[in-house]
This record gives sequence, C-alpha cells and structure tokens, in this order.
Amino acid sequence: MLLQSAVSPGTHPLAGTIAAWMWAIPLLPLLGFLINGLLSLTAVARFGPADPTAASHAAHGDEGGHGDADHGGHHAARHRFAGITSIVGPGVLVAAFLLAAAIFVRMHALGEMSEPFIQQYFSWMPVGDLSVDVAFRLDQLSMLMVMVVTGVGMLIHIFSVGYMREDPGYPRYFAYLNLFVFCMLVLVMAANYPLLFVGWEGVGVCSYLLIGFWFSEKANADAGKKAFIVNRIGDFGFLIAMFLLFANYGTLDFSALQAVSGQFVFGGALITTIALFFFLGCTGKSAQIPLYIWLPDAMAGPTPVSALIHAATMVTAGVYLIARSNFIFAAAPVAGLTVVVVGALTALFAATIGLKQWDIKKVLAYSTVSQLGYMFVGVGAGAYVAGVFHLMTHAFFKALLFLGAGSVIHVMHQAYHHTGSHDDAQDMRNMGGLKKYMPVTWVLMWIATLAIAGIPPFAGFFSKDEILGTVFQRAEQGSTLAQAHWLGLPGTAVLYLAYAMGLAAALLTAIYMTRLMLYTFHGPNRTGEKEREHLTEAPWIMTGPLLVLGLLSAVGGWFNLPELITHAIPLGPTAALEHWLDPVVGAGTATVVGPGAEATAASTETILIVVAIAIAIAGISIAVAVLKPAALVPKRQAKPEEGFERVLANKYYVDEIYDATVVQGTYGVSRNLLWRGVDVGLIDGLLVNGSAWAARFAGWLGSQLQSGQLGTYAWVLVLGVLLVLGAFHHAVLP
Amino acid sequence: MLAESLFFSAVLFTIGVIGVLTRRNAIILFMCVELMLNAVNLTFVGFSRVYGAGGQVFVFLVMTVAAAEAAVGLAIIIALFRHRHTVDLQNINLLKG
Repeated sequence: MLLQSAVSPGTHPLAGTIAAWMWAIPLLPLLGFLINGLLSLTAVARFGPADPTAASHAAHGDEGGHGDADHGGHHAARHRFAGITSIVGPGVLVAAFLLAAAIFVRMHALGEMSEPFIQQYFSWMPVGDLSVDVAFRLDQLSMLMVMVVTGVGMLIHIFSVGYMREDPGYPRYFAYLNLFVFCMLVLVMAANYPLLFVGWEGVGVCSYLLIGFWFSEKANADAGKKAFIVNRIGDFGFLIAMFLLFANYGTLDFSALQAVSGQFVFGGALITTIALFFFLGCTGKSAQIPLYIWLPDAMAGPTPVSALIHAATMVTAGVYLIARSNFIFAAAPVAGLTVVVVGALTALFAATIGLKQWDIKKVLAYSTVSQLGYMFVGVGAGAYVAGVFHLMTHAFFKALLFLGAGSVIHVMHQAYHHTGSHDDAQDMRNMGGLKKYMPVTWVLMWIATLAIAGIPPFAGFFSKDEILGTVFQRAEQGSTLAQAHWLGLPGTAVLYLAYAMGLAAALLTAIYMTRLMLYTFHGPNRTGEKEREHLTEAPWIMTGPLLVLGLLSAVGGWFNLPELITHAIPLGPTAALEHWLDPVVGAGTATVVGPGAEATAASTETILIVVAIAIAIAGISIAVAVLKPAALVPKRQAKPEEGFERVLANKYYVDEIYDATVVQGTYGVSRNLLWRGVDVGLIDGLLVNGSAWAARFAGWLGSQLQSGQLGTYAWVLVLGVLLVLGAFHHAVLP
Repeated sequence: MLAESLFFSAVLFTIGVIGVLTRRNAIILFMCVELMLNAVNLTFVGFSRVYGAGGQVFVFLVMTVAAAEAAVGLAIIIALFRHRHTVDLQNINLLKG
C-alpha cells in the first residue's frame, strides 16, 4: 500500500499510531470478497454451471429464505468449500472490527481531536481544476460509522453462517456480503464526494446482487431490478449536486468545502438547490417518500441481508450523507425543512402500512422505512447528533429484529421441510405461540420491540426522544429553521407539525411491533400438529449474535444520555455522543440553532419525555387490548381484508399507482414516441429509407438522360465541347 | 495560304458535325465522322507548311486509325443491319438506361 502522506505528516496526533493502518479496515472485507468469489467461481468451473432451478429449490427447502418458495423433495449438497467460507467470510469482518476497535480506543484516548486524520493514497482524477484523490478520512463521525458497520456487520456475518450454510451458493453469498461491507466502509471513510459516491454505488450493486440472490425465482430478480432502478433516480440527484458543488466552489473534498463554506449564501437558491439534490439521492438510498417503494420488495433477499443492508447500514447512508454535509444543509433552512417534512411524512405513512402486513419481514421493512423517516426528521432539523444516534441504536435493534425474524423463519422452514408442507413460512398467521419453542429469541425480540417502541431504558427511547425533543426545541426557540418559510408555511408550524406526526408514528410503531410479537410468539400455535414437533430454538451460532445485539439494544441508548436523566440516575456520562461528534457537526448545529437561543426549560423537557413514554405505553396497551391472537386463523383459511384495512394491506396501492403513471407512462412514451416515432419514423423512415430513396431518385434522374438515341448523345457532346471552348476562349483570350 | 486551308477545314468540320447531329442513317453518319477526321487532317497539313513536316506524320497516323475504324465500324453496321433490317439510328436505342 503506498502511503503518501497525511495532510500534515507527523503533526496529526494519530499519525504513526495504529490509525495509520486504517486502510486495512476496508481492504480486509475486500480480501474476503476475493477469496470467497474465487471459491464460488472454481466450483462453477469444476462442475459446470449448476442448474439454477434445482439450486434455488434446494436453497428454499433447506434454509429459510423466501416463504412462497416450493420446498419439496429437492435436496442439494452443501457447497464443497463451505468450510473455508465459514472461516474466511466472518473472519475478515472480525479482523476489521478488531482493528477498528483498536483505532477507536486510540482515538478516544486522545480526547479532543479537532482535525480529521486524512490519508491520501493516490490521485484519482487530476483533470484541469478538478482534483480528486483516493483518500480516507477518519474523524469522529466516520469512526462511529465504521464501528457500527463492522460491529453489526460482524454479528450478521456470524449469524449468516448458521442461516446460509446449507445453501449451494454459500461462497457467493459471502462474497457479495464481504463486498458490501467493503463498499460501505469506502462510503463512510471517503474524504470527498466522488469517492463516497463510489461506495454509494457499490453498496447499491451489492444490494441488487443480494436481493436477487435466489435469482431463478423471477419475483426475486424483479425486486433486485426495482431496487436498482429506483436508486438510479436518486443517484441522478446526487450527481447533479456534486456537479453544482464543483462548478461553483471548485472542489469536492469535505475539508476544502468546509473551508469555503463561508462563501455559502445563507438560504440562497444555489445552496438550497444543492442540498435538495443531495436529499433526492438520500430518498433513493434511504427509502423515503417518494422513492421508498423498493425497500419492502428488497425483502426477497436472504434475511441476514435484510438485516445488514436493508435495515442496519446501507439504507442509513442517506442520513450519514446529510450529517456529513451538515455545513451545506445548515446553510439551507428550506432544504432542512423539506427533509423534516418528507421524513415525518414517511415515518407516519410507512407506520400505517406496517399495521396491516402479514409477512413478518414486510412489517419490519415498513418499520425500517418509518424509522429512517425519524432519522431524517432529526438531521433535517439540524439535530445531526440525534439523527446519527438514532441511526446507531436503530442498527442495533432493527438488526436484532430482522435476525430474530430470520431465526423464526428458519425454524418454520425446517418444520415445513420435515413434513413436506408448502405453507408460507413468513406469514404471521401461520405462526403463533412460538415463545414456548424459542424462548431465547422470544426474550430478545421483546427487548428489541421495547427498544423500537421507545420504552426506557432501552436504546430506541433515548434516540427517538432526542429527535422529537430537538424538533420541538427548534420550533420553540426560534432557530433559523423556525424563521424560514416552507411553501408559504412558517417554519415553526412545520416543525410543530413534524413533532405531532412523529408522536403519531411513535404510537403506531408501538402498536404494529406489539402486533408482530403477539401474533408470532403469543396465543395458540397455528403451525399444525405435525410441524409442531419440529419447532425448536435456532442453533447457537444464530442466537449468539442475537444475544450481543440484545445487549446493545438494551443499553445502546446510554451512549448519549440527556442531562435530565443523568441528574436523577447516574447511568453514565451526559451526552457522550454529542461531545464525541461535536468537532464534525457542532458548527452546523450551531448555525441551525442560531444566535440567542435559550435552553429549553427542564420542565418542558420533562413533559416531552413523559409524553413520549405515555405514547409508547399507550401503543402497546392498545395493541394488547384490541388484538386477539387467539382469533387468528392460518393464512390458507384467512378471509381477505375489507375496507380501509384492505387499502393498508395493499400498501395504499402505491405500487399500482406508480405502475399506472410512471411505469406505464414510460412504456407509453418509449413505445409511441421513441420506438414508433423516433426509431421507426425518424431514423428508419427518414434517415435510412430516406437516403436510399434520395439515391434512387438521383439515379432515376440520370437514367433519363440515357435515351439510347445516338443523336442526343452527339448533341450533348457538341454542346459540351462548345461550352468548354467558350470557357477557354473567355479565360485565355482577352 | 494557311488561312484559306484553315477556313476550308473549318467548313468541312462543321459540315461533318452538322451531319452527325442531323442525319439518322448510320452510313451517312459514318461518312460525316470521316469528313471531320479529314478536316482535321487538312489543318495538320496546312500547319505543316509553316511549322515543318511533324504535322504530316500525324496525318498518316489519323488515316491509319480511320481505316481501322472504318473496317470495324462498317462491320458493326452490317451486323446491325442483319439483326434489325435497318440502319436508321432512331430505331436503335440499345444504350437506353
């Protein structure tokens, strides 16, 4: 590795320490990708391409990916290199996590570190005024993200060993998963926007590959394509924002941009446009209205993939991007309010859909969309710490929820496999009463549910409360956001509205999560007599990571305790995360808060916390009181929903509306204008056939001169000679 | 002397051209072509009286070529007549495009 220099070699306190090895953090997963990818390829070369149909059926039959799959009598052998993959795949992640942890410890020991530690490796695009380096930047924000990505990623990799070991595509699975971690680490460690974009696109590719992992099933391949295409719309926004930044400020480097951020016209049209285009990128990657539609479909991939990519890490890239670009968003209050509004709408909208889904993974998918909405409310309101805090706690409890759901699906599948049943292993109507058979998963899932619902002292309470509290404060204190106007509405009103929508979404979150727990683990068991005998707890390689995530979901909120709580109960240091992130986002937060903001009264803060807890408890109580798991019947006997419930179960028909407008519209334009008009009419008709016609016409004209009459030829000849002679006479003689 | 011969050859040449342009009979046409060739020969001879005998060499060359041409041309006309039973060029348009 050629290590040219840090920004100022030898002067940065991290230079020469273990942090100089930070390039190895992303390269370790890349190494794992190469090894696993080669193993996967050698197997193909040795045996010839496997029959994908048989492979897919075996995959569904043995392991628990997709509920609708046929899991009949096929039985494929375990991949012959499965043993090596089981060591290499999670091994590189463990190594990367240990290295990251060592760097974190070193960085933490420094105390204050105001300057980021930047390593430049080589110049990537030195074109004219544009100079883009391949450089990694280590600051408090990227360190936190690296810890989350490698930490949660490591646990999910270990879980995957149990979940995917019997799949014939096992090395391929780990190759993609390792490649994903590599790209995600490039994304969070990049020192400039283009390199961040490389990681941004890279995780998109891995997401596509893993959603369509069981590609022989057309629905899965389609879901992958949908995710990829919808994300392209967002990436277009990201690119435009980058072009605008470069065209106006001449650089794309984070540090350099931050240095010129004094030139940003506060609230100006240019900076608002840039921020909004960046946010368009975020709506694609982080599944916000209007581009959220790909995320629920992304559940077609293996469940650990849903946990890692479509819940814990990749989809939070948009939140990271805004936190990273806080100096841009802080200068554009209208863009900030847009982020708040879209986030709040998404949080509420997705939560209502989550109320009526029967597929256990779909509930969690809409829950993820909803929680991402919360994060955007946070970062949009200039509460960058709160947004990133919720990103972190969400990574813990949502990964736990997905992996727990994965365990449940795994066990259900095995039971169905033993009896040869073809029922849907992901439908909650087919579950019920699983707490008797899976006590560990049951307890851990409840911890995660309480965390996401916002019950103290679990993780989600602190982060969600901080987001809602900050939005309330921003409205109350007359921050720059509150003074701005959004589509004619005063910012204060928008923020209060977002707060109310956040509370409503919190209530719904508590309801649908309790519903999920009640239907899955409580009440009578609905699997059927024969299947019941095969229901057991998942193996330890799967419950082990769940235990760690359970612990983190329980105490993860203590990383950033509000002062109000540390006053009463000494759980830990006050606002540790806020102090940690202050060098990165402190200035941006201060810009948003504006001068002369007074602190919120402790009494107001107490009321906000009490309201938040009351809402969460109310949600759980409503769900317990209203829902009757005992009255539920298995999917086969279930009646279709009626009325508004049907609208919710069908996700407000958004997919159908998009299909009728956007998809069919594109088809219509392509078919009638581009195909029939431009291609057939203009290119084929006018240019290709037209030039042929013109040549034929010229030939016909010429052929008319050839009368065959010698006399005519003689006349033409003589006239020509006279013409030449005349011209000669005119030219030579005076 | 040069002026008179040049004038005379110009007259001959023009008669040849007009014949080619206006007549339809292939034999007559052929004779008119010969007339034009010989008009040129006359200019060569005329000039040779002033500029030396080089022109007379060309005359012999032209006469040789004209003889060969007459042989080939008459043969073609005979072949044409055998096929078409006419030498009227208006009825012959094999070159029509």
